Amino acid sequence: MKNKKLRISISDNLSEVIFFFQGKLDADGVSKTWIKAKQLIQKNLSKNISFDFSELSTMDSAGATLILHLENIVSKQSSRNNSITFINIDSNHEQTLKLCRSNFTESKNLIIKKKQDDFITSTGRQTSALFDEFSAAVSFTGEIVSAIIRTLLKPASFRWKEFFLIFEKAGIDALFIVALISFILGLVMAFQAAMPMRMFGAEIYVANLIGLSVTRELGPLMTAIVLAGRSSSAFAAEIGTMKINEEVDALLTMGIDPVYFLALPRIIATAIITPLLVLFADLVGIIGGAFVLLSLDHPLSAYYAQVVSQVTYIDFAGGLLKAFVFGILIAATGCFKGLRTQSGPSGVGVATTQAVVNSIIIIALADAVFSILFYIFNI
Amino acid sequence: MNTKENKKNIIDVHNLTAGYQDFLILEDVSFSVQKGEIFIILGGSGCGKSTLLKILTGLLEPINGDVLINDKDIYNCHENVKKSILKNIGVMFQSGALFGSMNLLENIKLPLITHTSLDQEAMNLIAYMKLSLVGLKDSAMFMPDQISGGMRKRAAIARAMALDPEIIFLDEPSAGLDPVTAAQLDQLIINLAENLGITFIMVTHELESIFDTGQRVIMLDKETKGIIAEGNPHDLKNHKENKKVFTFFNRLAD
Repeated sequence: MKNKKLRISISDNLSEVIFFFQGKLDADGVSKTWIKAKQLIQKNLSKNISFDFSELSTMDSAGATLILHLENIVSKQSSRNNSITFINIDSNHEQTLKLCRSNFTESKNLIIKKKQDDFITSTGRQTSALFDEFSAAVSFTGEIVSAIIRTLLKPASFRWKEFFLIFEKAGIDALFIVALISFILGLVMAFQAAMPMRMFGAEIYVANLIGLSVTRELGPLMTAIVLAGRSSSAFAAEIGTMKINEEVDALLTMGIDPVYFLALPRIIATAIITPLLVLFADLVGIIGGAFVLLSLDHPLSAYYAQVVSQVTYIDFAGGLLKAFVFGILIAATGCFKGLRTQSGPSGVGVATTQAVVNSIIIIALADAVFSILFYIFNI
Repeated sequence: MNTKENKKNIIDVHNLTAGYQDFLILEDVSFSVQKGEIFIILGGSGCGKSTLLKILTGLLEPINGDVLINDKDIYNCHENVKKSILKNIGVMFQSGALFGSMNLLENIKLPLITHTSLDQEAMNLIAYMKLSLVGLKDSAMFMPDQISGGMRKRAAIARAMALDPEIIFLDEPSAGLDPVTAAQLDQLIINLAENLGITFIMVTHELESIFDTGQRVIMLDKETKGIIAEGNPHDLKNHKENKKVFTFFNRLAD
């Protein structure tokens, strides 16, 4: 019977029950017999209980856990303060049981459930965290301004190499995705507008619509959203990883300001590259619209004339100003979240996600503010 | 789990050659590990200790040679056979490699959940027992980042023991630990080997750990790409024939 799967059988009379353990008392055997063994023990609590191990081949820690758990049930639930008698147990199994017994604890006594905060406490915590975040953001803004002043006073100390690297990664490497999105946006918008306008014979005014909406609104907004997903997340992940690896602490101990060293090159590079990307996005978006009108038999010269007559330099400049501000906000959000990365396995992931989400929210808010300002100043 | 059977070879490595791309790190290395012993792989930086450990744990296929665990070749067998062999080994990585999103109890339960169909209650009891064996019963609900480096390593040993493996591989167990914690960890390894009959294979170059725990060592060498010394560490301390071995064991400058 040895070396076979675990089998538990019993032999009982009025006052005594013997459990025969046969085969392998290992994790496999225990998983199949755990509930049955407990039921059998509970049925026989009033009797003298013995475990016979004469036919047992193996006992591992899972097996020992079963035996000790049954032993525990008997000693706790039996009205007669019973204990189990072990019969024919060999020295190896006895040693295993002894070692496991000295480390065995019923988990019910040990599992400590974390106390859940009530509504007021959790609201208080969240409000306090919000204030903390706000105060840190204000402080970060101050540090950036101070770092800019320092750079203006001493431009040679600025990290130009890092600046050009970020310029390339955040700008030049993003050209394709910005072009693709802008082209599709111009194409789809022109197509959607052309169909209803055709009914009024006003198809050609699609050019005006595309020209104005792309340069004033959609070009900067779509480019900013692409950069939020691409660059803000990258900045948060890079700086967050450095924070976790104590590289930021190393900078501080060397007397180097992390905002000046890490954040400033990223912010300035993104602030400069974003308007350039927007200029490119505007051009490609307008070309996208042109494709639709060309397919509807309007000459390119007519489309061009309509766009030029409608779109002024002020519209372009307004869009580029927006892009400049969006660039600063995107890079600053990514760097800020990176520098505030918490330790732990999900720290960098959380910082990256927050960087993207917050960047998009801040862009939307800034866009709304620009719309109001442009209206007030009649731009 | 049962202890002290006959001293039979549990691992046999024959003519092992290993490396990365064209770069050979180990050439024609052969050795055996006996059941129940604490076996140490040591050597200077870059000599191939970690590469050898990766090969022994099934993570890196050798260029040539055989690695037999319990007489089964882990690189020349069916995938299912390899899985069943690997189920019988536990590995403690240098950093502990505990899963940061799980508390210690959940970390220990993970192999039980994956490889057994035990009742939740049974898994909790076993996981607590393993944590208790390494002295971490009261820290079961802590997350890995809430405990010290030494505790993380002990928890990693508990996780490696979850399925009652016959062999546990330890990668630099006492690296970065204070002397007291390192000594406690060494004692734990000795206790587990003595009481549970587990075979420990350790990669380390901490001399105190080597002398305290090691029953047999092999010393690898970067230049010869092979074993330059084998035996009991206390004997090798007086091994004056080979300068490298003597300087290593006596912590002398070249």
